[in-house]
Amino acid sequence: MSEGPERKVGIIACSGEELAEGTVSRLAALRVLDSLRPHDTVTLCLPLFLAGGPDDRTFALHHPTITVDGCDLRCAAHATEMYSNKPVHSLVVSELVAEQGLRKPGGRRQLNEAGRQAVESTAERLAALVDAVISKETHVSDTARVTGTSERRERGEGSCSCGGKCAV
Amino acid sequence: MSKDKGRVVVVPCSGIGKPSGSVSREAAYELCESLRPQKTQLVALSKLVLGDAATRETVARTPCVAIDGCQQMCASKMVKKSGGTVIHAVAVLDAFRRHRELKAEGIAELNDAGRKLARVMAEELVETVDALGSSGVDKGATYV
Repeated sequence: MSEGPERKVGIIACSGEELAEGTVSRLAALRVLDSLRPHDTVTLCLPLFLAGGPDDRTFALHHPTITVDGCDLRCAAHATEMYSNKPVHSLVVSELVAEQGLRKPGGRRQLNEAGRQAVESTAERLAALVDAVISKETHVSDTARVTGTSERRERGEGSCSCGGKCAV
Repeated sequence: MSKDKGRVVVVPCSGIGKPSGSVSREAAYELCESLRPQKTQLVALSKLVLGDAATRETVARTPCVAIDGCQQMCASKMVKKSGGTVIHAVAVLDAFRRHRELKAEGIAELNDAGRKLARVMAEELVETVDALGSSGVDKGATYV
């Protein structure tokens, strides 16, 4: 069996500077990117969908994406879908905190203990979702993968902003 | 009347890929939380990317300071795309060129040099914020 192209999951955080939950989203994304799943994940700064170029806007065509939002405005999820492609999963920190019965995070500049706990919980959930996406991806047949790649080439999407060797 | 009337909007880069993004964010927090909390309002860049109506209105009616982390200049570009006016834009790289001894490292947690660079940038921006306050500069519209 031929080896399929390397696939990575794109993590896009809202990074919302106004709320502690935005800080949680940013630090949780970094934890997954740097420590928990460094070989399976890449990221793109959210504003690049509008402030960057075509490569940035096609990011989610090349990577299955998971968005992490701080609040129910869901800026990252909505913007990713509007300007690139629909995320395969969408996490909202405030919802996760409520679901797990955690205390509300505080300290947007320097997280308090509740905020740090929220980072850990969010990062763990993110890593589990990355695993699920990767696992699902490996079950895609080589034929289907190659077909998808050809279709993208025909649409002229030849590069990706992540800087990696994307299946394009 | 809104409590935000007359405040200067501060929009930092929201980058998570480089230390300079963290410096821009830290500079914005230093300015808005420590140095001039009564005169400034921090606005998250992600809301401008989404096109949130209330945030666009705020930006369109209020003088804005953009703090950019890299040459992509997302903060400045997004303020302009949102109908706002950047009355002062600063870039972390430019600040570093003026203060070569302050090399920022770390993203999740900035090193001391990075925090000092952010502090220097925030202190430089105080002059802009204070000047706006004393001159009563506005854009011919009611502040929100």
